[in-house]
Amino acid sequence: MFRPETGKYLYEIAQTLLRGPSPLKESEREMIAAYVSNKNNCGFCMNSHAAAARCLLGDEESLMDDILNDPDSSAVSNKMKALLNIAAKVQVSGREVSQEDIDNAREAGANDLDIHDTVLIAASFSMFNRYVDGLNSLTPENKDDYKEMGIRMVEKGYSLPKQKK
Amino acid sequence: MAYIPVEEHLPGITGLLEFRKDTAAPIRALTQELLRGPSTLTEAERELIATVISSGNECNFCSAAHTAAVEALSGDSMIVEQVKRDYRTAAVSDKMKTLLHIATLVRVSGKSVTPESIDDAKAAGATDIEIHDTVLIAALFCLYNRYVDGLGTALPDDVSYYKTLGERLVNHGYTRLPQGYDHLKKNK
Repeated sequence: MFRPETGKYLYEIAQTLLRGPSPLKESEREMIAAYVSNKNNCGFCMNSHAAAARCLLGDEESLMDDILNDPDSSAVSNKMKALLNIAAKVQVSGREVSQEDIDNAREAGANDLDIHDTVLIAASFSMFNRYVDGLNSLTPENKDDYKEMGIRMVEKGYSLPKQKK
Repeated sequence: MAYIPVEEHLPGITGLLEFRKDTAAPIRALTQELLRGPSTLTEAERELIATVISSGNECNFCSAAHTAAVEALSGDSMIVEQVKRDYRTAAVSDKMKTLLHIATLVRVSGKSVTPESIDDAKAAGATDIEIHDTVLIAALFCLYNRYVDGLGTALPDDVSYYKTLGERLVNHGYTRLPQGYDHLKKNK
């Protein structure tokens, strides 16, 4: 790894947000991550988090692609639709999120933590996507590579790889 | 009023970091490492990158707070205004001009960063780690700005809050105060 001093905290951010305690399921959090990464046109993050979401969704894995296509016509809960709407606003700018967006999420059953975690996941992927693409990091082309990556992200979570000497 | 219940005496990011301390911890640690850890960029230069991003994202809280930090670190009350107006004509080094250029590209999208912008920075003497840290600071403030405004956090009632916060960022850094922040409550 190029800079483990900062890398270890980036892994901790992903682990805490996507695997730590939250009222949102791990699959829902990975879907938000993939959805935002897709809007930022970050192929690496989108493909890897979509693969993790599919792995977590199991029989319902097609939900991931349905969301990337259009959340409102997908079979996810109304609460998830309202949260994805907030995530899409955050991807553009925090200033886009309106009281109405928040009210709609609450009416659909979202609580304070659902809303907080959605905004912070969307904001974090606005960071990760810029970091990955801003430094033009290597992006695998082969779809099978991402499937394996997604399984690893589900089984092992997010932790700093052991440094090779 | 923020969209979620944060403590009234903690505007902007400060209330969010206390609302959920478990998610705040690694974000604080990353910020401390990037803005205060060992680096060949000065702390004022790194704060200037944070300010330019926050200003570009029109995040009033972050922009004012990091402006205060730059002023406290550099003793220069003009530099932020100059850089916000046009970093190409501001009184910063040629290397900083190229790094601020990269940061402004990252703010739009990671995909906006061009090989030429990286080559220009290297030609002006920037190292790989300086380029890395510039990109990551810019990306990190794209996180902070969205977090602060996406949850509709309040601005401080009194602008003197920023000066106090800027001094805290200089003297204490980004780690959580061991005693917390209850001392900032106004005695009513």
